[in-house]
Amino acid sequence: MADVVVEQGRPARAASPRKRASLRNAMGRKSTVAFFLTLPLILLIALLVLYPAFYSVYLATLNKAMTKFVGLTNFTFLFKRETFWMVVRQSCIFAITAVVFKALIGFIVAHFVHNIPGKKQRKWRGMLLVPWVIPPAMSTLAWLWLFDPSYSAFNYTLSFFGIGPIPWLGDTFWARFSVILVNVWYGAPFFLIMYLAALKSVPDQLYEAAAIDGANWWQKIWHITLPMMRNIIAITTLFSLIVTFANFDIVRILTSGGPLDRTHLFATWAFQVGIQSSDIPLGACVSLFMVPILAVAAVFILRDVNKRGNEA
Amino acid sequence: MSRKTLTRRQFVAATAMSSTALIAAPYVRGAYAAGKLSIGFWDHWVPGANDASTALVKEWGEKEKVEVSIDYITSNNKKIELTAAAEAQAKSGHDILQMPSWWPHAYSENLEPLNDVMEPLIKQNGEVNDTVKYLGRSGGKWLAVPATPGSQIKGPCSRIDLMKKHAGIDVQEMYPVGAPPKADNWTMETFLKAAEACHKAGFPFGIGLGETTDSVDTAGAIFQSFGAELVNAKGDITVKTDAVRQALEFYKKLIAVLPTDAPSWDDASNNKWLISGRGAMILNPPSAWAVAKRDAPQVAEQCWTHGFPSGPKGRFAPFLPYFWGVWAFGKNKEAAKSLLVHLSSPAAIEKFVAASGGYDLPAYANMTKFKTWAEEGPPKGTLFHYPDPYKQQTMSIAASPAPPKIAQQIYFQATLTKMALRFAQGEKLETALAWAEGECEGFMRT
Repeated sequence: MADVVVEQGRPARAASPRKRASLRNAMGRKSTVAFFLTLPLILLIALLVLYPAFYSVYLATLNKAMTKFVGLTNFTFLFKRETFWMVVRQSCIFAITAVVFKALIGFIVAHFVHNIPGKKQRKWRGMLLVPWVIPPAMSTLAWLWLFDPSYSAFNYTLSFFGIGPIPWLGDTFWARFSVILVNVWYGAPFFLIMYLAALKSVPDQLYEAAAIDGANWWQKIWHITLPMMRNIIAITTLFSLIVTFANFDIVRILTSGGPLDRTHLFATWAFQVGIQSSDIPLGACVSLFMVPILAVAAVFILRDVNKRGNEA
Repeated sequence: MSRKTLTRRQFVAATAMSSTALIAAPYVRGAYAAGKLSIGFWDHWVPGANDASTALVKEWGEKEKVEVSIDYITSNNKKIELTAAAEAQAKSGHDILQMPSWWPHAYSENLEPLNDVMEPLIKQNGEVNDTVKYLGRSGGKWLAVPATPGSQIKGPCSRIDLMKKHAGIDVQEMYPVGAPPKADNWTMETFLKAAEACHKAGFPFGIGLGETTDSVDTAGAIFQSFGAELVNAKGDITVKTDAVRQALEFYKKLIAVLPTDAPSWDDASNNKWLISGRGAMILNPPSAWAVAKRDAPQVAEQCWTHGFPSGPKGRFAPFLPYFWGVWAFGKNKEAAKSLLVHLSSPAAIEKFVAASGGYDLPAYANMTKFKTWAEEGPPKGTLFHYPDPYKQQTMSIAASPAPPKIAQQIYFQATLTKMALRFAQGEKLETALAWAEGECEGFMRT
């Protein structure tokens, strides 16, 4: 036993406790712990997001038969397609209109909910979140039945007022209206909850001071609420813009891109071209087109957030 | 202790004896001596129809000592196409995969040639129609075997009472049970007049103008009956022809008397139209009638499935076959081929047809007169003419005879219905043609 003690005490092994100490220090550092805690998520994102993203870049550079590398030919081909530009236009109209309405409705309803006292507010919050928590594929099916031109509740109700029947999904205008409406219905609660949280963090003293200065409700919103919520508005808008741009399920279920391709978005058209028409490289190209558009939006919005952060 | 040594002679003798014993000994098979086989079948929408496939596969597996596993894959939301795409990419998956019409050509490089299966089957069951050859064969190589489950003709399913009352057409007399059709007057012109009369009476024909297969298949058969092709068999664009113009003029008149929401119809819409009693005719396999039998029996007993009207270039029926393909990267290809032979035997085909209530259609010439079609009802014999027992129609698929990889895109981009709809909604004929020509140029991509 004495030998063992001597062994452990030899100068050659003296570095070992120091190493252990530095490892302990490293493990004790917040950044290391944070890294290990986020590692599962990083791995998951690498596997399910980064790998498919790079793989789709690779696919986009192949010919239709996927046998040879063609560089950017698929992209130049797309630029010449009339339908592609229609899809670009439609995706922008869809995403921008839907996000504007979601933000507007979310902002207004958040104010209403914010003014509801205590317990009742919890009930309203729960109820208003329902559209967001139902899986969109399910709720969109319900909308599909509501939009049915022959048997739906909408047209049945409108018939009492001598209106219709409206071809909700059969006419270009109404089809676009319908897909945007469902997207707004589904996404507005997200804005509502984010804005509600932001509203709760605005100090009451600011409003009290403004009231003493004689500010009306509009001035309070313009000079207090909006500046205090700017960052959260920017972040939610960016997030929603990305999700709405990449929307698939609502359009797929309601119109499949019709009539006459007038409701196709990048994702639905990519699916039609890539999977249904067996042109996977071209489908990959179409879906990749979302990246630069969203990247530009992200840069602008996040730069603004950073700027304001620095100002603060 | 003495040590025994093994001489070279002894070693050679022992090796030879053991090898002989090993070769000569009877081969004893275990429970699944012939390996495993994994199958992806289309999930049939007729309740209980999958049971026939399961029973036939089980019967074969027990006989051949193969351990079999079956996945039933729905075609809802293109799940079966997604599965095919994923397996072709991964070069891994089921040994046999049931695939829709266009997929054998789409994955031709990944499929095992099946001439050794198809040639004896054709001798046994009769010739297959040209559409099956067009979709299932490439350069003399059979890419897949036509599957009975899921294969269908989307012919007219008419309301006997409404057609008689409003269009003056007795569909039962025109297509009598047990006898050849008397359909010489059943032309596109008669069809249009009937559509107009029924529309006027408040029972429009339920024909979709959307982008899903029912709409496209109807357009395909109508275009073909006028001899209209967007791309010919050689791959040349032939959009701006008189035949295409004629077909579009016909379609414009037809669209005027279809339901206003037809541009948004999917494959369920026409079924609902018939079952709800609002229409005098739809163009669909007998699935709508089968559902009506359960949900609206008074409608079902007035339904009669029959042949397509003929146009200037003939009588074309939209035929949509399913195929069973064997992946070239599959692990048990010989067993897969053996199973496909079993599933294509006359007895198996008859079982498929019976289990699906007559919905499933074999692709073989000698397999069109099973008693199921004669006996199904009410009304009895409603499906007698569904499989075209007197070969009065040319089985066709929309966008053919264009080379399949181009035709697939014309089909899935619904170029035919879109072009017809554009023209009907007020676009000039030449503008609609120019648009379609541009689309077809894009489909030429290799």
